[in-house]
Amino acid sequence: MKYLLMIYAEEAGWNTLTPEQKAQGLAAYNAYTEALNAAGVRLGSNRLRDVGTATSVRIVNGETKVLDGPYAEAKEQLGGYYLIDVPDLDNALSWAARCPGAAYGTIEVRPIWEMYE
Amino acid sequence: MTEQNRRPHETAEAVARRSYGKLVAFLAARIRDVAGAEDALSDAFAAALAAWPEHGIPDKPEAWLLTVARRKMLDGVKRRRTVEKAEDHLQLLAELAETEIETPVIPDNRLSLMFTCAHPAIEPGIRAPLILQTILGFDAAAIASAFLVSPATMGQRLVRAKAKIREASIPFRVPDEDELPERLDAVLAAIYATFSEGWLDPAGTESRRRNLAEEGLWLGRLTVSLLPEEPEALGLLALMLHAEARRAARRDAAGRYVPLAEQNPDAWDNGMIDAAEALLFQASAMGRFGRYQLEAAIQSAHVVRRMTGRADWEAIVQLYDALAAVTGSPVVAINRAVALAEARGPTNGIAALDTLADDARLADYQPYWAARADLLARAGHVPAADEAYERAIGLEADPAVRDFLMAKRAALTRH
Repeated sequence: MKYLLMIYAEEAGWNTLTPEQKAQGLAAYNAYTEALNAAGVRLGSNRLRDVGTATSVRIVNGETKVLDGPYAEAKEQLGGYYLIDVPDLDNALSWAARCPGAAYGTIEVRPIWEMYE
Repeated sequence: MTEQNRRPHETAEAVARRSYGKLVAFLAARIRDVAGAEDALSDAFAAALAAWPEHGIPDKPEAWLLTVARRKMLDGVKRRRTVEKAEDHLQLLAELAETEIETPVIPDNRLSLMFTCAHPAIEPGIRAPLILQTILGFDAAAIASAFLVSPATMGQRLVRAKAKIREASIPFRVPDEDELPERLDAVLAAIYATFSEGWLDPAGTESRRRNLAEEGLWLGRLTVSLLPEEPEALGLLALMLHAEARRAARRDAAGRYVPLAEQNPDAWDNGMIDAAEALLFQASAMGRFGRYQLEAAIQSAHVVRRMTGRADWEAIVQLYDALAAVTGSPVVAINRAVALAEARGPTNGIAALDTLADDARLADYQPYWAARADLLARAGHVPAADEAYERAIGLEADPAVRDFLMAKRAALTRH
């Protein structure tokens, strides 16, 4: 069963950290990623650039609209994700709890909707 | 239906009903889909109710039901094979057929199913209804009427919860030891909610709601039998038995409300009280206390009156202190204030209630005003008591309790 762990947090928080704290934060993520690898459950993961770099696209009346900014303005932004493959929701939740982001933000856990022919 | 075949029909229904939760749990745990298991079983049950009264109940009724249910699921998989993971399903069904041959006794997965229904990923308010539906086979309309919501709303919420169980793959298993206490708490809370809904119909006039109290007790017994080493499971059962033991005493012959302090102990069910006391004793020997054991212990201190003629109010105050520390509930604080008044006089009780006066949750909570009115009356503050009775009467839904409060209020000015 595949789950997407989405890391939501206030981006502004990161910028207030000292270089040492940032280094520590990155090390925590590296360790977490390694733990997922060691367990053989990580399918993919990425960090996202700030929402300031986001561009939104939609088609209105046949016309492509390109808008600067994220789809939804919110206090917390999607900052990265892990795609994992584990037996069930309890496993996914226990991995989500270990994600460093759970300590300063929120991890949203969503099951992947597998599409079959 | 003629008198002649009502009997076999009822027997068939009773056998089917007894098996229901076990079969749902067994199937759901294997296909990881509660709704799918229920659908297949409801077809199987319909077939059983048609066949059994005529041909007699089979030797292994559960195996019979399971075979029919499996066939229905197979039909379902064939129909849906374009959208769903048909191969996985077919493989599960094949495994199911093997289990059936290898294990003539169907394993009891009901506890796992209860943990699934009370999973933290499931909205708390729907956990008890979900357990009632999956373990006991209640339909959405019956659950809705018991929980006083519309059948359509209840139906939707149940469907949504079951879809989440399937789509998010909420597991069907008893949690590991480190997680068990917290997760068991949710299961026990759901069982207690079931019991309490039934208990709220004191006269037992609505049989549907009275049945809920019985179903709550049944689930409590089931949990104790499956987790005999969990003191809180024992504590909850003791608490429910204590409450149930006093059901008959809560109304007098004329249907009037009788508060606990004025109940005649002869009207209590001693067998149930003894069973509750034994459970509580057994639980306390395990040395892990929790809210249900504390609440049961409070009931126990009340019914000491059977023997001594007086409840042990000092003990009750202390138990409420401990319970308040666990739950932080304002309701517990009200009960503590009432006990304090009994133990050390109404002025002490009023002072304790005064500390709660700022809690906005209590502004429309009837027991707060009723307790306040009673203590103020006993302390001789008639106008303040009169005012508090008015608030309490305006907030009460049960006519018997309202009549009781109105009589108390009228008595204020007579003295």
